[in-house]
Amino acid sequence: MGYHWRWNVFFETVPSGGATYVDWILTGIEFTVAVSLSAWLIALAVGSVMGVLRTVPSRLLRGVAAVYVEVFRNVPLLVQLFIWYFVIPELLPSRIGDAIKGVHPLLQQFLASMVCLGLFTGARVCEQVRAGIGSLSKGQKGAALALGLTLPQTYRHVLVPMAFRIIVPPLTSELLNIFKNSAVASTIGLLELAAQGRQLVDYTAQPYESFIAVTLLYVALNVVLMGVMRLVEARSRVPGFIGSGR
Amino acid sequence: MYAFDWSSIPGALPFLWRGMKVTFEITVTAIAVGIAWGTVLAILRLSGNRALSWFAASYVNAFRSIPLVMVLLWFFLLVPAALERLFDIPRHEDTRLMSAMVAFALFEAAYYSEIIRAGIQSVSRGQASAALALGMTYAQAMRHVILPQAFRNMIPLLLTQGVILFQDTSLVYVSLLADFFGVATKVGDRDGRMVELLLFAGAVYFVISYVVSTLVRSLQRRLAT
Repeated sequence: MGYHWRWNVFFETVPSGGATYVDWILTGIEFTVAVSLSAWLIALAVGSVMGVLRTVPSRLLRGVAAVYVEVFRNVPLLVQLFIWYFVIPELLPSRIGDAIKGVHPLLQQFLASMVCLGLFTGARVCEQVRAGIGSLSKGQKGAALALGLTLPQTYRHVLVPMAFRIIVPPLTSELLNIFKNSAVASTIGLLELAAQGRQLVDYTAQPYESFIAVTLLYVALNVVLMGVMRLVEARSRVPGFIGSGR
Repeated sequence: MYAFDWSSIPGALPFLWRGMKVTFEITVTAIAVGIAWGTVLAILRLSGNRALSWFAASYVNAFRSIPLVMVLLWFFLLVPAALERLFDIPRHEDTRLMSAMVAFALFEAAYYSEIIRAGIQSVSRGQASAALALGMTYAQAMRHVILPQAFRNMIPLLLTQGVILFQDTSLVYVSLLADFFGVATKVGDRDGRMVELLLFAGAVYFVISYVVSTLVRSLQRRLAT
């Protein structure tokens, strides 16, 4: 192959000056981590509320949660992202819409990506929470109610804490997914890791070095996250429940 | 308040349909090749041969730890170069559809192989022992006894993965390939009607995915009984 490898390309100064391509990559990692973690908080919050609603006695509330899950699971992530970024600001009352369009484009991209990834993953978290609550023995709920706890108290003190400890492994894979899915944000121009990699290709014409570096960084992020989650899993494991959490 | 104008969609339907055919082509190729290659990977993984099993495990883990967007970017870079070297196809030829198909097939194989591996392991050990005791070779036991039962168990999961794949094909957007979503955004751009086209595209994906998932669920109930 006539390809000319130039690994030191990363340490060259970018055309606008003042920084090297390494700085671009580092900024990319920061954005990937920031958007993924903030979206993860939304996913956990929305997912647990919806997951609980999936299991409550009220048919209406169960229906609301089911609609949420079906909508967010059956529309592609990319389409959802474009809808959050291009469509929602138009559909909001013009005062709010204009305010959104007035802020810095970077912030718009960040907010759209965060909300999109958060609600997309939230639908998956919701199904895991529902499965976790469903896997608890009926006696847990019965005992809590018999002790005089109200239904909300039962969820808050018994069912949800137990369910979360059981579903740590599937939540780990959702956390890994949110980091991988954050690369989709590059399509609306958010300069996260994948986008920085492509930008580097455009500027240096050294695609292989750039893609190899970015790919390895995603793998490294994956390894770090798995390590962290393994610690969480070890600390939260329910004694006597090992291996039955799925 | 935003004034909707859906008038550009009826005229664009032929283009959108052409795009949908590209989407289906990629989806069907990737499902077929992905399941075939995924089965091979699953068998290698469970083969008991250290080297083969290590190869299959690394293949699966590598693809599962990289974002699909990056995988696509890689293949849009590598496939044209490979085609040029192997078959002397000039670089300026449009190989994006080919690249997308190869990328999705190899990527999905990693996910399919995990489903298939679980399916094979769900067939009770007695079945394999009985087949071997009857004098079948390992390959015969796999082909006539284990795989048919395994596939029956995993049909719903394979189809569900197919729905996910169908949605993920929209990511070929990064190569500006004219799949269904690509055409929708192009028409939206051309007519200044991005809002309507995006909502329309979302609705179409939703209906197809929802209908197929619902069918899969009823199939699952039927298989379970």
